[in-house]
Amino acid sequence: MARSMAMAGNIAAAYSTKQINPHVVAAYPITPQTTMMEKFSEYVANGEVDTELICVESEHSAMSACVGAAAAGGRVITSTAANGLALMFEIVYIAASNRLPIIMCVMNRALSAPINIHGDHSDSMGCRDSGWIQIYNENAQEVYDTMFMGVRIGEHKDVRLPVMVNLDGFITSHKIEKVDTLEDAEVRKFIGEYEPFYPLLDIENPVTYGPLDLTDYYFEHKRQQVEAMEKALPVVKKISKEYSNYTGRNYDILESYHLDDADCAIVTMSSTAGTTKFVVDKMRSEGKKVGMLKVRLFRPFPVEEIRECLSGLKSVAVLDRSASFGGFGGPLFNEIRNAMYDVDGKPSIVNYIFGLGGRDISAVQIEGVYDRLMTAQAKMPGDVHYIGVRGD
Amino acid sequence: MKLTIPEQELMEKGHMACLGCGGSLAMRYLLKALGKDTMMAIPACCWAVIPGVFPYSCLEIPLQYVAFEATGAAISGMEAALKAKGKKDGVTVVGWAGDGGTVDIGIQALSGAVERGHDVKYVCYDNEAYMNTGIQRSSATPKGAWTTTTPVGNTRFWKQTNKKNIVEIMAAHDIPYACTASVAYPEDLIKKAKKMKDIKGPCYMHIYAPCPTGWKYPPEKTIELSRLATESCIFPLYEVTYGKYKINKDIKDEKKKPIIDYLRSQGRFRKLDEETIRSLQKHVDDEWIKLKKKVECFGEE
Repeated sequence: MARSMAMAGNIAAAYSTKQINPHVVAAYPITPQTTMMEKFSEYVANGEVDTELICVESEHSAMSACVGAAAAGGRVITSTAANGLALMFEIVYIAASNRLPIIMCVMNRALSAPINIHGDHSDSMGCRDSGWIQIYNENAQEVYDTMFMGVRIGEHKDVRLPVMVNLDGFITSHKIEKVDTLEDAEVRKFIGEYEPFYPLLDIENPVTYGPLDLTDYYFEHKRQQVEAMEKALPVVKKISKEYSNYTGRNYDILESYHLDDADCAIVTMSSTAGTTKFVVDKMRSEGKKVGMLKVRLFRPFPVEEIRECLSGLKSVAVLDRSASFGGFGGPLFNEIRNAMYDVDGKPSIVNYIFGLGGRDISAVQIEGVYDRLMTAQAKMPGDVHYIGVRGD
Repeated sequence: MKLTIPEQELMEKGHMACLGCGGSLAMRYLLKALGKDTMMAIPACCWAVIPGVFPYSCLEIPLQYVAFEATGAAISGMEAALKAKGKKDGVTVVGWAGDGGTVDIGIQALSGAVERGHDVKYVCYDNEAYMNTGIQRSSATPKGAWTTTTPVGNTRFWKQTNKKNIVEIMAAHDIPYACTASVAYPEDLIKKAKKMKDIKGPCYMHIYAPCPTGWKYPPEKTIELSRLATESCIFPLYEVTYGKYKINKDIKDEKKKPIIDYLRSQGRFRKLDEETIRSLQKHVDDEWIKLKKKVECFGEE
């Protein structure tokens, strides 16, 4: 049966990839993703997987090779970060628009310039409209488990979309944690055999992927893509539930923490949710009615579920680990406030941008946010604030 | 009657190419040679349009349209997936791209693919400019050619630099097979395509594919012009098999045609002066001598 192992997020990603045993992995090295591919290369070198590993000459080619392999009929995995994802950008859209269920780990890292190798969400947030399902993970355990759920979600017949498995660069990618693993056979049982739709390798029934598609049909095809995203939401829920039952580890699209009787709450994603839970525990022990909502599924964005969780609160602070230059607050704030706009008696909602370029966010700073939410009560002054930056 | 060209058609009627398009002939011959067990990737180029707009297509093979610079990588992925699924035997994975998608924006992915040794066949149909976007210069455009981005103005005239020699760049990757072919010599093209199909490993074919629209000549002259290009040694037919050079259409010195006939038959060279023509002739002569030397030094025994 399952055993617990000590591994960093990247190793959890590599180990789960080994257990998935995909047909093709194509990747290009970039910090902080490298240790995942190094580990996976060892599995290949030792014959522990049947995968064809393509060590491509760029991230653009990594995603292009993935698209080629997935259209041919393979189960395909890649991983990247930051500038690598930015270089892939063109093909990231093509993967989604061709409805190819590729899995990509993104070790979230700040984009250049200036050069910074540490964690923030500016890379994957740049791809938030690309048509990929995006799941943000708090720790190595979530990364490990989400890989298997990701395979099932992406390949689901109603979905057929690529899935981005996000983890915070260095914070999660390199921190060694306890991870409860499944046996290979248990993984195989859960993910099942891959049955590609209309693969190129079906030579007797030739199909064309991605042809010239002008004013006559393009719009309908895009509308279908929107629909696939809509259909993905219940599928993510269903697969999460199934996986929770299978492993005893609870997963959902959101994780609410002491929200039921809370007056104010922080909404955030990824590793910061862990720190926030620690702060909630501390403040709860002091009798303060605070809670947290962790958004795991960012695309498709779970509007109804967000409304259910945040209705009844007095005030909410949305913590974004990326800036939207010239926009009205960060991407998560945009979505949350938009979702809550029509809710009667909605909480006041403010935005905090934090942690760009891997700037640490401390428990004290998070507690400070809660303190301000509690004292400001109905309405916080201003909309967009910053945590831990000089001159603010 | 014994046919030298296979009868099978995998490119159907009703394509969208211009009259006299060399690129469409090239595709037709290539598919005749490779047969139906062929899987292809096509980037942005004239051939992204020629098969037809959705829901129409004139190609009867599994086909994937890929990003402009991505052909080499896409066919790498296709080949890898086939291998992993045990379906590679008997299937030829082909990248089919124009000159811009090969020698400019796609050269990195192509170089990567052949260096990794994938069992893929990359075919470039060379019409010597970005014809699909409207005749802009590429690095395959020859010196002296007018294009819309190398117009003949008051202070600047035509393209000032020589065509990039991609066949030699590919041969320098030490791949099993690199060759040139021309739509004027279909038997030679088909023979080489079949040879590529049988060779395991990366192969490169560079097809001379004139473009009446971009080169400004009458569409019925495509074959005549192609033949002239080879007979004047502007586009020699040769192959490099495991490092061994061979000229497939030898041009004796006394039969070698001056390039002026070739240049004068196309509007794109219309305004060339005598001095430039002399320098172009010298370049062609030098390259031809260089090629013959390679055959001498590294020819088949």
